[in-house]
Amino acid sequence: MSALEQSAVADRGGPAQPLLSVKGLQKHFPVRESGALPWVKKGPARKVHAVDGVDFAVAKGETLGIVGESGCGKSTTARLIARLIDADQGSLVFDGEGVAEFGGMALKDYRRNLQMVFQDSFASLNPRLTMEEAIAFGPRAHGLPAKEASARARALLARVGLAPEQFGGRYAHELSGGQRQRVNIARALAFEPRLLILDEAVAALDKSVQAQVLNLLRELKEERGLTYLFISHDLHVVRYFSDRVMVMYLGQVVEIGPVEAIYGAARHPYTGALLSAVPSMDPANRTQRSPLAGDPPNPIDPPAGCRFRDRCVNARAVCAEQAPRMLPLDADGRHFARCHMNDPASGYASSAPAANPEAVQ
Amino acid sequence: MFAYIIKRLLYAVPIALAVTLVAFLLVHIAPGDALNAIAPADAPAETIAALKAAYGLDRPLPVQYGLWLGRALQGDLGASIATGRSVTSEVMAAVGNTLSLAGVAAIIGVLAGCVLGGIAGYRHGGWVDRIATFISVIGVSVPHYWLGLVLTIVFSITLGWLPAMGAGPEGGWFLDGAHLPYIVLPALTMAVVPMGILTRTVRAVVVDILAQDFVQALRAKGLGNRRIFRHVAKNAAPTVLAVAGLQLGYLMGGSILIETVFAWPGTGFLLNTAIFQRDLPLLQGTLLVLCLFFVLLNLLVDIAQPFIDPRMRRT
Amino acid sequence: MSLALDAGSAPATLPAQRSRGYWSRVLRRLSRDPVTLACAAILLLILLAAVFAPLIAPADPFKGSMIKRLQPIGAEGFLLGTDELGRDMLTRLIYGGRQSLLMGVLPVVLAFGIGTTIGVIAGYVGGRVNMVIMRTLDVFYAFPSVLLAVAISGALGAGLNNCLLALTLVFVPQVTRVAESVTTQVRQLDYIEAARMSGAGPWMIVREQVLGNVLGPVFVYSTGLISVCMILASGLSFLGLGVKPPEPEWGLMLNTLRPAIFQNPLVAALPGAMIFITSICFNLLADGIRSAMDIRS
Repeated sequence: MSALEQSAVADRGGPAQPLLSVKGLQKHFPVRESGALPWVKKGPARKVHAVDGVDFAVAKGETLGIVGESGCGKSTTARLIARLIDADQGSLVFDGEGVAEFGGMALKDYRRNLQMVFQDSFASLNPRLTMEEAIAFGPRAHGLPAKEASARARALLARVGLAPEQFGGRYAHELSGGQRQRVNIARALAFEPRLLILDEAVAALDKSVQAQVLNLLRELKEERGLTYLFISHDLHVVRYFSDRVMVMYLGQVVEIGPVEAIYGAARHPYTGALLSAVPSMDPANRTQRSPLAGDPPNPIDPPAGCRFRDRCVNARAVCAEQAPRMLPLDADGRHFARCHMNDPASGYASSAPAANPEAVQ
Repeated sequence: MFAYIIKRLLYAVPIALAVTLVAFLLVHIAPGDALNAIAPADAPAETIAALKAAYGLDRPLPVQYGLWLGRALQGDLGASIATGRSVTSEVMAAVGNTLSLAGVAAIIGVLAGCVLGGIAGYRHGGWVDRIATFISVIGVSVPHYWLGLVLTIVFSITLGWLPAMGAGPEGGWFLDGAHLPYIVLPALTMAVVPMGILTRTVRAVVVDILAQDFVQALRAKGLGNRRIFRHVAKNAAPTVLAVAGLQLGYLMGGSILIETVFAWPGTGFLLNTAIFQRDLPLLQGTLLVLCLFFVLLNLLVDIAQPFIDPRMRRT
Repeated sequence: MSLALDAGSAPATLPAQRSRGYWSRVLRRLSRDPVTLACAAILLLILLAAVFAPLIAPADPFKGSMIKRLQPIGAEGFLLGTDELGRDMLTRLIYGGRQSLLMGVLPVVLAFGIGTTIGVIAGYVGGRVNMVIMRTLDVFYAFPSVLLAVAISGALGAGLNNCLLALTLVFVPQVTRVAESVTTQVRQLDYIEAARMSGAGPWMIVREQVLGNVLGPVFVYSTGLISVCMILASGLSFLGLGVKPPEPEWGLMLNTLRPAIFQNPLVAALPGAMIFITSICFNLLADGIRSAMDIRS
């Protein structure tokens, strides 16, 4: 068992060094052209700009929430970080060490430090394996003898609140959604990872079960010093669960900052629109209109300039002309947004309002 | 949709070429000498060499293939070693007979299969369903060459109602009173397999469609069984067409057994003759024509799909 | 299991009570299906008779008698009559099961092994490898299976081995296609991504996570092929492309008895009836296995 622990990357840079920093992450999926003649090129190859230059860092021990509409690149970002798909460009630095570069950290070591919990609790468990076998698979893949791997699996089942003698021999279809997600969490913890990617991990659960699983995740985080990347479309849950929040739109980060800054003083119109779309708990404060009209533009041809301008009530001519930069908005440099309105140098103030058919006035 | 059709057409070209290659090579992997059929084993070496040169058998294999393909594209499949007659004309005469037989059998089989399968699907779980399912199991399980013998024993030998062999006067089959009795037994025998398969397919599709929400909605709207049937038929058509098209192809290719039982003068009969007389040009030619028919049929089915299935119209 | 050791290393002191596994549930469902059981029993009977033919058969399968040719069913000393050379039909039908079952089952078993291997590789690796493999198989799909089998064994010449080879070649592409499509579906599921996240190599993932989910559907499909293979194999013998005389084989017996349909139709039809019974039993058995394995609860 010790061989497994030893090769896990111990804390190196201290708390100041980010656990994971992501730079210039980019993934464009080629669009399958179904032309009549496959060998005849019809202009430049078209690509879906799924993730288009994403930069961010996760501090040790924090929970970074990632929000955005479906199709904004949240899940692709997660899979790129997990190296389940290969990025076109960009680098990952894990606790000061480059991942899978020459002389850097090997992929196998990296994956031991980082695990993922998926949204679909059923699809992420092999129907032919018992829960104990499912959890023990990873440790065995890393060379732990079968017996020790099973022992560890049972210990983990117990830790996530499932009695091993009762649940260890069951199959996925014999468990409830919440129980399955607990097993998935146990599997992710099987080799003491430091970073856990939770890709809509509680989205499919009932509200009451969701709270239980979130509480379990909190406890585990305290207990094991974990860091979470918490991907969700549920803004209430993100607010409750995260330290910082990152907002994505069409493959880009549009705003990132501490949870109170994002929810209290959003500086990107998209964040504002997203937050006002959330049903309020206060019946006196009901949303009267949908602030986000239309669908997001086609990610095959993202609009030039600001990608949000077609749906933005504040769009002006300058928004179509140049892409906004990511700007720091506070003194300690924790809150950033990508919008010309925050940039005195952009010429937004003097620009003419744009005719914007899609935005609701 | 146009792009899809073009694409499908272009895709058929390499397949067809590969088929010619396989048909050519299959015959050349055959052990023994291709000339056994005409040259006596003790023929002098010069005679054999001269014959080889005459049939082009002394050239390297790729060259032989190129020459054969080139001539085949012009409709010349060589001369039969056994009879000396043109393979093309022999095969074309036989293809007509096989096509008639397979066509009639396919019509009987598909119709019977649709009716049986449709009823079974509608009465899913009832006794009609059980009977239909049992008939379909028999259809796919019965060795049809044996069924042919049994039908001959019953209807020709015992009852004397129908002729047991051949396609009727003049050797070929035509749609007229004199020839009609001859096709009954072989076509019925042949229809058994597609009937069984179609029954299964149609039943599964109908059960599947009837269980879908939109049918519930139609019923809730108050549509009667007859109106619902139209919706079911529309939704089942693409699958049924695809399976039926494939079956016609299988019938053409698989007719050798039935044709042997009934001495039907078609391609299967020709194939049988070619194999046992080791008549390689005839074997190659028959194989090629049958396979190209099959490729063509698959192509037609695929091209017909988007016309029937609106989901395929968007490319 | 060594309870004491486990207790020391894990807080959970009891080994997990394993749920009833998938296959044991399938078996239990099969054991409650009378039609499937009956078919399995008939097939077992035919198989046992074929295996122990020398002990059971009343006569010598090769020894004929010119004066006792084509005896009817129930003739004295010949329960099922005699064939065109005066050999005992019952004996030859019992012996015939050897070759017929072999030719019906072995090609499917071989195709199952080969096709699953190729299909899982094509499906799991994907990309170009998949394209090359699947496009090559498309060529075989351009041949109707009967024609392909007849053409191959016609080219290679009659005989048991050539016949087995031809039939295997006919079924490999079909099994491969099923294995490939199931593998491609399985590969996209989250649990395979989770397995990849665990750092396991492709070989370990295929062996432990993929195969268990692919073998079932491919097995079901292959069992359905046995009946087709039986009919096809006997068909080849019937054409004279399979086993050579005087070997007893049902298809070949049907062929040699053909001229006798005028004198003794019932005896002449017997070998075909054996093919029919066997093939329908295999079909119903395959149906039973399919529905028993289709557990959606």
